[in-house]
Order: sequence, then C-alpha cells, then structure tokens
Amino acid sequence: MKRLLLILSLALGLGAGAVRADVAPEVLKGLASEDFDAKQGAVAALASVGDADAARLLKALSDDAVAVAGDKLVIVAGEQVLDAANGKPLKPAASPDSISLNNSLRQQVDGALAALRLLSADKTERLAAAKALLADMGDGAALLPLFDKALKQEQDGEIKTILVQLQAQASLSSPDAAARLQAVQTLGQSASPAVKALLLPLIEKQGDTFAEPDEKVRLAAQTAIKAIDGRLVWSDTAGQIFTGISLGSILLLAALGLAITYGVMGVINMAHGELLMVGAYSAYAMQALFRSRFPDFVDYYVVAAVPVAFFVAAAVGMLMERTVIRHLYGRPLETLLATWGLSLVLIQAARLLFGAQNVEVANPAWMSGGVQLAENLSLPWNRLVIVAFSGFVLLVVWLLMNKTRLGMFVRAVTQNRPMAGCVGVPTARIDTLAFGIGSGIAGLGGVALSQIANVGPDMGQGYIVDSFMVVVLGGVGQLAGAVWAALGLGVVTKFLEGWAGAVIAKILVLVFIIIFIQKRPQGLFALKGRFVD
Amino acid sequence: MRVESSISRNAPADGQKEGWDGGASTSHVLTPGELDLSHKVMLYLDDITVSFDGFRALNQLSLQIDAGELRCIIGPNGAGKTTMMDVITGKTRPDSGKAFFGQTIDLTRLTEPQIAHAGIGRKFQKPTIFEHHTVFENLELALKTDKRVKKSLFARLFGDDLDKISDTLGQIRLADQADRPAGLLSHGQKQWLEIGMLLVQDPKLLLLDEPVAGMTDDETERTAELFVSLKGKHSLVVVEHDMAFVEALGGKVTVLCEGSVLAEGDLATVQADPRVIEVYLGR
Amino acid sequence: MRTPVSVKLVAGLGPRGWLAVAAVLVAAWVLVPLAHLMLPEGHPLHISTYAITLIGKILCYAVVAVAMDLIWGFGGILSLGHGLFFALGGYSFGMYLMRQIGRDGSYGADIPDFMVFLDWKELPWYWSGTDSFLWCLLLAVVVPGAIAWIFGYFAFRSRIKGVYFSIITQAMTYAAMLFFFRNETGFGGNNGFTDFKRILGYSITAPETRVVLFGLSVTLLLGTLILGKALIASKFGRVLTAIRDAENRVMFIGYNPLHYKLFIWTVSAMLCGLAGALYVPQVGIINPSEMSVANSIEIAIWVAVGGRGTLVGPIFGAGIVNLSKTWFTTSFPEYWLFFLGLLFILVTLYLPEGVAGLWAKIKARRAEKAAIAAARAEAAAVPAAPRSPAAPESKLPNGTAAKGA
Repeated sequence: MKRLLLILSLALGLGAGAVRADVAPEVLKGLASEDFDAKQGAVAALASVGDADAARLLKALSDDAVAVAGDKLVIVAGEQVLDAANGKPLKPAASPDSISLNNSLRQQVDGALAALRLLSADKTERLAAAKALLADMGDGAALLPLFDKALKQEQDGEIKTILVQLQAQASLSSPDAAARLQAVQTLGQSASPAVKALLLPLIEKQGDTFAEPDEKVRLAAQTAIKAIDGRLVWSDTAGQIFTGISLGSILLLAALGLAITYGVMGVINMAHGELLMVGAYSAYAMQALFRSRFPDFVDYYVVAAVPVAFFVAAAVGMLMERTVIRHLYGRPLETLLATWGLSLVLIQAARLLFGAQNVEVANPAWMSGGVQLAENLSLPWNRLVIVAFSGFVLLVVWLLMNKTRLGMFVRAVTQNRPMAGCVGVPTARIDTLAFGIGSGIAGLGGVALSQIANVGPDMGQGYIVDSFMVVVLGGVGQLAGAVWAALGLGVVTKFLEGWAGAVIAKILVLVFIIIFIQKRPQGLFALKGRFVD
Repeated sequence: MRVESSISRNAPADGQKEGWDGGASTSHVLTPGELDLSHKVMLYLDDITVSFDGFRALNQLSLQIDAGELRCIIGPNGAGKTTMMDVITGKTRPDSGKAFFGQTIDLTRLTEPQIAHAGIGRKFQKPTIFEHHTVFENLELALKTDKRVKKSLFARLFGDDLDKISDTLGQIRLADQADRPAGLLSHGQKQWLEIGMLLVQDPKLLLLDEPVAGMTDDETERTAELFVSLKGKHSLVVVEHDMAFVEALGGKVTVLCEGSVLAEGDLATVQADPRVIEVYLGR
Repeated sequence: MRTPVSVKLVAGLGPRGWLAVAAVLVAAWVLVPLAHLMLPEGHPLHISTYAITLIGKILCYAVVAVAMDLIWGFGGILSLGHGLFFALGGYSFGMYLMRQIGRDGSYGADIPDFMVFLDWKELPWYWSGTDSFLWCLLLAVVVPGAIAWIFGYFAFRSRIKGVYFSIITQAMTYAAMLFFFRNETGFGGNNGFTDFKRILGYSITAPETRVVLFGLSVTLLLGTLILGKALIASKFGRVLTAIRDAENRVMFIGYNPLHYKLFIWTVSAMLCGLAGALYVPQVGIINPSEMSVANSIEIAIWVAVGGRGTLVGPIFGAGIVNLSKTWFTTSFPEYWLFFLGLLFILVTLYLPEGVAGLWAKIKARRAEKAAIAAARAEAAAVPAAPRSPAAPESKLPNGTAAKGA
C-alpha cells in the first residue's frame, strides 16, 4: 500500500508537469536510489509521463545503459554519454556507475515500454502493444495514468475497446472502492476467460475475510463473472467439440486400420499400436533425411512421410501376417497373445534402433499456428490438418473396400473363405494384402500422431485399448460404426474431461462402454441375424 | 436356474395373457412355473414375427403342438425352421407374437436355461456335444437334476441316476462307448448321443433339428423307431428333409414356407397339395 | 455298476498325491528354514536371502498362474485383467504394512508418509480398520472377489465372451491403474506403498520372517492346487469345461453358464488377491504398475508356457518365465523383451499345449516306441503278429481356446 501511494504521488505530481521538456529531477533521483521501491516509483512515473525523453530513458533502462556519473544520471550509448533528463550529450564528470535492476523492476520497465507504445503514431503498433498488454500486464496500477492518456488520444474503435478493458483491469487494485466497482462493471462486458480469472479472486475468501473488502464490488464481480460465463459458453462448447473431433479423428486413424484387420478380417492385432509407432518413426526418419539432404524442402517432409509410412507399416504388417498371424486364423485368443509378443519385439527393436528416449518430430511451419475464431477459441492448424487427413483416409478406405475388386475379394474371403477359394479368389494373398492395407493405415495414423504427440518406442501402447474400444463400440465389420464410435468417444471424452478431469473421464468412458455393450453386444451398427456361435 | 421364482414373478405381470382363452381365467388352480396341460396343448405359437434387418425370417407364424404329439416340420431352405426353434428355446426373441409352453409358461420371457428346466429339450442341426468329455459324462451333465453351482460342487451320482444313464446308453446303443471321449464318435453316434442327452433330461417337448443327417439307413430306421416309441410320453417336433424318415415317423406334417405355415396334415395330403408342390418343385 | 469319476476324485489326490503334498510341506517348513538359518553362508547347501525372496515371489506368481488357468484353461475365459486382482490384494495387505510402520516413517506421523506428503490430515474412510491384520487379510480376499463378481456379473450376463471379454478386462485393469496412479485417490500414487518395517510386530527383513512368509507361500500354492483339483474333479469342473467347449449346449440342457463362470471367475480373483497379499511383504513394494496391461498379459504367457488345462503346468510356466526374466534383466536387459516377445509367438505357434503338453507328447512317443519294440520282438518270435496299437490319445484338450472363444 505504501509503495502504491508513493507511485501515485509521483505519478500525479509528474502528470501535471508532462509539458516540461526534461525528465523531472525527482524521478532521476528515484532511479539513482539504491532502494528498489523508489526505483519502481520512478519507473511508474516515467511510464505515466510517456513523452520522448521518458521513452528514451526507459529503453535505456531496459538495455542496462543507465548509469550514475557523479551527481548526474546518464545514458551510456557506446562512446557517447547522454544526459538522462533530456538526451543531450555530456562530458561525464566521473566514470559512470551503471544502476542495477531486479527482476520485477525489469518486468515493470518492459511493461512500461510496451505501454508507451500505446502512444505510438503507428496504428498497428498501438494495436499490437494493446494486445500484448492484455495478454500480460503485470502490475497495471502504475500504468493507469498512461491508459487514461492513451484513451483520450485514441481514435481507433478496436484499440479503444482494449484500452477500456486495460484501464479497468488496472483499476481493479485501486484503493478507491468506487473505481473498483466501475472497473468490475466494465470488465463484465468482456468475453475473455482471462478477465474471468482476474475477477475470480475478488469473490474468494482469504482466511475469514474476503479479498475484496467492499460488498458492492463483490456483488458486481459476481454478476460480471456470470455475464462472462454466459458469453463463454458457446465458444467453450465449440472449442470442446473441436478438440473432441480432433481426438476422435486420431482415434479414427488408429481404429480404421483395426476396422480392417479386426473388423473385416477378424484378427486381433495387439501390435496395432506398434504399427502406429512404425508410422511415427517413419515420419521422424523422413524429417532427418530432409534436414540433411533437402533442407530447402524441410517443411514438406510430412508430405513425403505419408506414403513412406504407409509402405513401411504395410511391409511390417505383411511380414507379421506371413510369419505368425497366418498360422493362427480362427484362434483369436492365440492370435491375441502372439501379436502381443510381436508388439514387444517391435518396441524393443525401436529402442535399439532409435534409442529409448522420445524423439523430436517438429511441425512444419505451415502446420503451426492456428485460426482464431473467438477470443478463447483458436483452432490449431496441425489439428485441422489431421481432421482433414483422417477424413481423406476414411474416404480412401471406403472406396477401397466398397468400390474395388480387392475390397470385394476381402469381403468375400471374410464372409466365406472356402467358397471364395472355390470361385478362384487367391485367399492367402488377399489375407496378406488386406492385413498390409490395415497396417499401412495404422502407419498413416502414426504420421498424424507424430505431429501432435510424443514419438517414442512405447507410444503405441497408449492407443491400443482406445482403438479396440472404438471397434468394439462401433461393431465388427462396420466402417460407419468405427467412424461414429471414434468421433463420439472423442467428443464425449473431451466433455467429460472438462467436467471431471482426464482420469475420471477415461474411467467413466470405459464404464460407459461396458454398460453399452450390455445393451448392444454387437456394437452400434451391427446387423441382427441368426448367429451360430 | 431358479425357474420357479422367475416365473412366478413374471406370470402376474403378464398382461398379454388376457387376450386368449384358457390360462388365467379358467377355473382350475394354477401352480406358477408348472406345466399346465389342461387344454392338451403343449406348445402354442401365435402370430410370431421375427425380422433380421428387414428380412422376415418368421412371418406371423402360428402353430399348435398337442401333448404327446409327434410333429414333423418340413420346408425349403430359409423357411424359418431353425428360427422357429430359436424362438421356442429363447435364443431369439420375437418382434411380436406369443409363444406359450402349456397354458401358462410364456417362453418369450424366459432365458435358455429356464426354458430347458421348464421341459423343452433341443437338438441342434449340427450335433453339439461335449467332445472332450466321455460319453458317460455327457449324459451325466445332461441328467435332470438341480443344476445350480452350489449343487454341482458336491454332486454325486446315486443309483437312480446311474440306472437312468445306463438305460439311456442302451437306448442310444452307446453302452460300449461310455468311457470314450465323445469327440471320437462317428457322426451318427454323435447325433444319437445328443438325442440321449435330451432323453436323460426328461423333457416334455423335444425339438429335433435334422436328427438323422449323416446317419446310415440302418441308424435312421432305428432312430425312427425310437421317436415313435417316445410319442405319447413326450411331444416331439422334428425338422427333417428326409421324406422317407418323415414317412416312417407318421404323424402330422407342417410345411413352412417364407416364415409361415403353408400347409398342415398327414404326409400324403401335404404332398398332394399343389402349393407345396409348387414350393418344392419351383414355379 | 460303475464308480462315477466324481466319487473317485473326491477321495482326493490318492496316496501318492498326498505323499507329495506332505513332502513339499516338510521341505518348505523344515528343510528350507534349516538351510537358510542354520547353515553358514559359505556352506554349499546354504540358501541365501536372495534365493528365498526370489522363490517366494515366484511361488506367489505361480498361485496367480494356477488361478488364471482355472478360468482360461478350464473355463475358456482369457482374462487380461488378473494383474488387477493381484494388485488389489497387494494394496489391501500393503496398507496393513504401512500402518505397522507407525511413527517410524520419515515424518513420524500416525498416518502413512505419502498422506503426510499430500497434506492429508487423517485416513480416508476406506482405509479405516486397516491397522488390523485380519481385517486387511479379509480385504485382500474380499475386495478382488467383490470387484470380480460385479464386473463378471455384467460381462457374463450380456454374454460377452472370447476376445471381447479379454479386451474389456484389459480396459478394466487399465482404468484401475489410472485411478491408482492419482495422488488424491489415497493409494500412494506413483510410488504406491513401500518402506515396510514390520509385520505383526516382527521385523519384515528378519530371516525368520522371510522363512515364514516363504513357507506360507508354499502352503498357499499347495492349497490352491488342491482346491483347483477338487473343483476340476467335481461335476462343477465338468460343467465348466463343457461351457468352454459348447456353451450353447450347456444352456439348452438347463445350466446357466452365468453362475458357473461367475463362480470360477470370482474364486480365481480371490486366489489372486491372496497371492498379492503374500507377495507384497516379500517384495517390499506395491505400486500401480502391477496393474499395467502388460503385466496381466504376462500372466497369460506363464499359463501358456506351462500348459493350460493342466493344474501343475502353469506353476512350471510361472517359474520358467520368471527365472528367465531374472536372468535376462541382470545379464542382458536389452534382450529381455525380445525373449518374452518370441516366447509369446513361439509358444502359441509351436507349443499350444505348453511344457506339460510337450511332456505328455514325449511320454506318449516313448510308450509308442516301447510298444513298437515289443511288437517287433514279438513279430520276430511269432510271424504275422497284429500291428501295435496306436499311441494313446493326448489327454489335453486340443484347440481349447479356439473353442472357448
């Protein structure tokens, strides 16, 4: 409180003297002082003056170029020594002794510098400065006079809105209850979760007393929070649906391969997660190759990784089918155990080849950043790309299974192997090919995963339970089922996470699936029929 | 398991029963869960429809089997014979219609084991026996006893049970095979073992799905004799394609087609029916 | 006219079986303690603390393997969640050991260290009464049993079987692991329970305590075997294998498979809980990684290696796999996963009946050879002798799991 008063007095005293050309001597004295409180007061005063001299001095402070030379405060600029008060060159009386800043002081200086940019002549710079302050203002009270000043000069509507909010935020810590009330009411107009976070402490208790002593302000804060919440709801919901769809598209990519190998062929492949891992490491390898060989095209390594991952994973899958899985058709439990063994071998192989640590796979430039839809709703490009990519893969799989001869053969072999063999379908080759395709799709999923998750030897293990859940929920042999199950699981999981936390959400989803299977043991889209089991 | 309790729980709640004569409104005393044959009807299927994704496997099927009757059911493939058995044994629930065992037992509300306890035994199209158990053990498991877990832990076989098993072994001509694993029997012997498993259950109604498939002529003949000898004590429903066998059994024949009854009567009448001829010989 | 199989087997293991049981008991309770406590360390017959602990641990695993075999080998139900029941038993009894630390923990508080660390003031309700040895032992059996019963009831009632069931059990243990990893759930989070000091007032590291725990492990394993044998030999066992082979038929002759599966499933879970309770004091730690999916699947490979559908096989399986694990992780840690992975693949491909099946095959072949030799000798003496009988049928059910699935 004492510090605040000091700052205010300095600020008020100097605000009137802003017309003077030179920086006030009290301020210079404060800066030169050994006392950090006094220094802070001085910086605040400089910020509120906001003229060219003040700006120069603040800049110099930020560059550690301010020093005390005898009784004068100076700015050291290379060979030259300038008077801190007006920027005129000086012949120093004594050797300059630079003044020190601590962390909080440095922050304050930076904040003040940013705030000064609010007075810049360039509109874009003003806007950028306002936005930067909105994101991180620090101790705003000191900047209050500056906001007032900026607001008076400002013509642009967008900047003005931000300034009003900044002003209100800054006055939240004002000692004057009326000012605080006004600020809270202004802030109530906002739709930003950051503002809500600012208001929340006001209605909280600290020990027995409220943090905010004035009841009127507290009530106003409550109303404001409610109003903000109301505005946040839709964008929050939209955001959750998007992250849900994004998670769902990942699950879908992981599960689409399974929908072929398990859903259509009936093979329980516990090494499916490891095929994702193979795909992700393929992306990693392509990135390394592009970095060393084609550094100019490094942003397009992902594009190259897609076919590579598909074929590498498909090759691994076909090898697995030929050597192990082939001998276990019709024995699902044995298949489960053997493929688990395969997954262990693949994990250990990845450890030996690439090391046990996670490797770094970077987003290409065109996939970083995002689309800002609302204040608290931004869709990252990498997720958008993955959603689109999974849609594309889905389309390809659908076409493959329903519109090509190969797809017809696969379905024929699954439905009646001996009959398919009799009419001349090369069943063994079809099995290998179909398994390869399922594995290749898992590889594609791995490329997508490498863009948003850690890439390491164990990465596949986390997805195997989830992707089986998708297939179980969707029903065996049903692409449509897998799609709806993946998206549904994604969205539901995200909503539950928002409500109950990640772990509880996961548990709830598993419980839900178990209950669901009670009601519909054949999954969402299963055909009813005469089952012989 | 606990047939009595579940039926007594279900029976009063059964509103559908009021619609048809007999059962609840008659004058004699009802014992819940017990087979009531006061109208001499063993099985009563009324207006049963089952559809699988638009395909109607059973289409308003109505059928009545009398107590002690031996009924043969024939019909082309896909006529709904097996689905009908599924409905009777609780494997498939009908979309609509009623299925009653005797006057009081609503089959659409019981589970498979409850229906087996109520007194319906079923032989599958493909012989289903316990291949790793011996022939004797297969019969022992099927024996009519308390089939709860608690009893099974300490169950022993006593004289009556052993006699029953040994009689049945003789009936199905497997006495000398008693200690062999059932999986080693010939196809025809497996069929007989499955029939034997039905017999030791002592069911009121036997459903037999193609019981003589894979049997030699000699075996088929003996099976026919066995079934005829069972008539009267039990009701039998036999699904069969082998017309010679059907003829040997005698009795009434029902022709199913596209999920409903096409014709009913003795074999000669049915065979003379132009609609039946059309179905079998093609249009 | 004939003695039914059940009567023959209710009579027990037969004199030789009981003799073997008695011999193992004597070895466990007399010879091992003597070799450990009395003989000096350099003595060739001395059994080290390390060996006692290692074997004790493997014995607990063997109990789990037998329990797993009861449901998988005989019931055809492959559980990939048995690690959960084992861990639940371990946690229940581990809490007793935590309470026994008393005020000797690093914080000197009445409640376990991890709770102090998380700023808890008192024990949560579900841990009340855990200062009692008997209560914790009861928990170790009842909690896994109850959870198995509830889970099994819903799963079996909706006729979830085969691979579906396996996947769901996997999800179950996965969810539980996530739950136990949380700090706020009161199970010690990441670190679980450890730093035990006493059991029933005796020091947990004292050689005498270790010897007693070892003896108890042997006894539990024998008890499990005898119980398993009795269950399998009873009519219950025959119904169970019948359900494995042809569930439909079992239903249509009037058994409700739900109750049979539920019973053996719950018994199996309870046995696992007991094994977990004995495992924790010997190993000195229990943490959520015991519930990991990988651990549960490993149990299946113990049974597969040993030979499912035999009671003794899984014990050898647990021993072989875990001794290999100990050897690999000390000598070639980077090749352990390769070995385990290949074990999974090769056993399912080439040794579907496990070591026990291999043993039976070798015995059968020997008998066949002997018969051929005898026939030849006979043929040499009497020309045109009849051909020797074919080898006896393998006792193990072929393709058991394929049928069960």
